[in-house]
Amino acid sequence: MVPTSFYVFLAALLFTIGAVTVLVRRNTLIIYMGIELMLNAANLAFVAFARQFGDVAGQLFVFFVITVAAAEVAVGLALIVTIFHTKHSVDIDAISDLKG
Amino acid sequence: MSLMLLFVVMGAVALAAAMGLLLARNAVYAALFLVLNMLALAVLFLSLGAPFLAMVQITVYAGAVMVLFLFVVMLLGAEVLPEEGGPIAWQKPLAFVLGGILIGSLSWLIFVEATGMGRILPPPADYASPQELAMHLFQRYLLPFEVTSVLLLVAMLGALVMVQVERRRRAREAESQGS
Repeated sequence: MVPTSFYVFLAALLFTIGAVTVLVRRNTLIIYMGIELMLNAANLAFVAFARQFGDVAGQLFVFFVITVAAAEVAVGLALIVTIFHTKHSVDIDAISDLKG
Repeated sequence: MSLMLLFVVMGAVALAAAMGLLLARNAVYAALFLVLNMLALAVLFLSLGAPFLAMVQITVYAGAVMVLFLFVVMLLGAEVLPEEGGPIAWQKPLAFVLGGILIGSLSWLIFVEATGMGRILPPPADYASPQELAMHLFQRYLLPFEVTSVLLLVAMLGALVMVQVERRRRAREAESQGS
């Protein structure tokens, strides 16, 4: 028997680590992984609340979040590859002008 | 008791993997740490009575999305990047301070302010079976389901278009160099 707040606190910790990853790292791919970590943390909170309130809709939300995240990763990685062809670097600080 | 033990162990694994993602220099290591984090979360989903979601998480998220990440990391040769010295010197300390403020305010919200949270018990055997999820998905949440399928189609088309644009640009470059 675990208090729900423990699960939500773990989700909050994971979300914070993901947010700090996005802010601190310079490798574009690792920044993108930080975004995925934030999405996973939100999924955990959703499932915890779905269990507590007995409502399956929370799990359906997670299903949709996973689907949308998969679509977003496909498009985002295509973007990163396209940018790499011009800049020849995945350094996020190299993408500092609007051109290209 | 066993649920608490499972939560503590899997939570520790998930947190350690997240810290590994934050601190890893090599992008491949970071991706593998994220895979470990997703697997730990899948076990937590199981403990929360979401077996279908746990399997979807392992198959789709850890098994397809992260593999796509690893493909791109290895395709671009983007394993190691010099992480020292960005253009803004105070960015990293400020990021850690803001992260501390975020987790501080979230903990205050969760442990002090929010009073409606109960306890999680081990789920009954047929809780959130795939049949029950399907009943909700195809009856009440049919519109989001259809919209998500259109979204997947659009994402696929978008990725293909970007490859086409790149291919055309490279063909034009090769022409201008050859002529």
